[in-house]
Amino acid sequence: MTSFPRGALTYRPGLARNRYNQLFTGLAAVFTALAVLPLVLVLVYVLIKGGSLISLRLLSELPPAPGLEGGGIGNALLGTLIVTLIASLIAIPVGVGSGVYLAEYSRGGAFARFVRFGTNVLAGVPSIICGVFVYGLIVATRAFAGQSYSAVAGGIALAVLMVPTVIKTTDEALKLVANELRWGALGVGASKFVTITRITLPAALAPIATGVVLAIARAAGETAPLIFTALFSPFWPDGLLNPIASMSVLIYNFAIMPYEAQISLAWAASFVLVVMILAANLLARWLGKLSRT
Amino acid sequence: MATGQRPDLFAHRRRPPGEKLLDLSFQRLTVVLASLVGLVLVGILITVLGGSREAMGQFGLGFLTTSDWDPVGGHYGAFTAIYGTLITSLLALLIAVPLGVGTAVFITENIIPLQIRQVLGVMVELLAAIPSVVLGLWAIFVMEPFLRPGLTGLHSLLGWLPFFSTEPQGPGIAPAVMILVVMILPIITAISRDSLNQVPPSLRQAAYGIGATRWGAILNVILPAAISGITGGVMLALGRAMGETMAVTMIIGNSNNFSLSLLAPGNTISSMLANQFGEADGVQVSALMYAALVLMLLTLVVNVLAQQIVRRLSLKYN
Repeated sequence: MTSFPRGALTYRPGLARNRYNQLFTGLAAVFTALAVLPLVLVLVYVLIKGGSLISLRLLSELPPAPGLEGGGIGNALLGTLIVTLIASLIAIPVGVGSGVYLAEYSRGGAFARFVRFGTNVLAGVPSIICGVFVYGLIVATRAFAGQSYSAVAGGIALAVLMVPTVIKTTDEALKLVANELRWGALGVGASKFVTITRITLPAALAPIATGVVLAIARAAGETAPLIFTALFSPFWPDGLLNPIASMSVLIYNFAIMPYEAQISLAWAASFVLVVMILAANLLARWLGKLSRT
Repeated sequence: MATGQRPDLFAHRRRPPGEKLLDLSFQRLTVVLASLVGLVLVGILITVLGGSREAMGQFGLGFLTTSDWDPVGGHYGAFTAIYGTLITSLLALLIAVPLGVGTAVFITENIIPLQIRQVLGVMVELLAAIPSVVLGLWAIFVMEPFLRPGLTGLHSLLGWLPFFSTEPQGPGIAPAVMILVVMILPIITAISRDSLNQVPPSLRQAAYGIGATRWGAILNVILPAAISGITGGVMLALGRAMGETMAVTMIIGNSNNFSLSLLAPGNTISSMLANQFGEADGVQVSALMYAALVLMLLTLVVNVLAQQIVRRLSLKYN
């Protein structure tokens, strides 16, 4: 019987393959650092340049005329809340309803496959195209009381973006609900409607809420669908059928202005927007954890 | 209690008509809501197709290959924008794929403690949540001034190549590529991470069992097993990069003059739309719709391909 040479089974760092191993590990660590770096840098700059400006006055005043100092982003903050609310009021019923159809009623037929495929396609449509669509559908045709640019048009454009996310999360959340719950409800004589609204939807509430919160957070930061649907306004919101300001469009418009006051307002708006969106994401994460336990 | 005393308890009870109606109308309602998705898709197609008819008739396919954009004379060609869309997204992909896949490997393989890996994963996911307009603002005031000395150095060193032949003057294609990298990295990382996690543990154990080093196992066994999921993620990221609007619009310079140089200002289809659609009228609107149609078809092809690839993966190991 041949004996192993001494040291054959010990780790020798000098071997080529061990060298490569270390090299690749180092490379992957560098890549990870590079991938995380932008988040850190963006957060630091938004915090420094925007966070230092935050005050009650900033959050409650109108933006200044070009060239003047002071002012705030009050109208844009309110406008973002209004437009996002309109979008949610459209997207949540439509999305949850379609998700209920896919998970509870459809039997995997051609229509259900078409809806699933369409949802995926719609999720991949560039957001600027949603803006073009709503412009052609509502703004150019003056569909609402003869008004062109309006808060409602902006809300509809954002809703088109939100719907695929809500459908997908509802569909997947309902599929995870145990069938025994459905059988139990139907067995004691509940109708399909009662089974869905009282048993399956409540059981899937946490994951659906996670998806909805993520969709709202994404919509609140979207700009491209708003620039030619909701437009912008330097004044306080004036009804739902007039152009309305929003934080994201404010950042876009003010960032390219040559005035210092406008640029710092853009940073301040970025800070508020980022804080809102990160908070929503952490909330969604917490809801997601809640649904797993 | 004897069963015979309450016969009505076990008697066949018909559902009241109100309950039946409610049941049926709820079902119909969900069907209607579900068909809205299809309606919206068809609506988008009709709006964009209908809007672009005039420009299609006037410029034909030459629209795709010529690059004059002259609202005064009424001549439109989208080659600069189409080229810009393709070159920015492909270059961004070229940089983001190694970074994203490397990061995904680093946070799925057992290299560093689990807690740190989880934190890194959350950070990359949060990067995806930052609005693109905020990234655009950051790109204008922080990233571009930081990159400019490097790009100027590139120009003076490699200026004889047509790709670096112009002096960088702020906004341009190269900074747009960099901000696109930041935007698509989270997608590539997240999907690669999911596909790596789906690789059956037995494959990994077998590789280590026959004495593979960690990277021997990763490069020869784990990554090949996850490759179709990763490819699907990369395609999704490509679709996102082609359609990405705000950050690119803010940093690319919005010039319709065609230039091979990556340091010169350029244009993408989406940045052109964001910039001009609001103020355009007449044939220009139609030309922009035509460009939007091209963008839609490009992203549609990429996204459908991505879905097919991802579907193939889910069949493989289930």
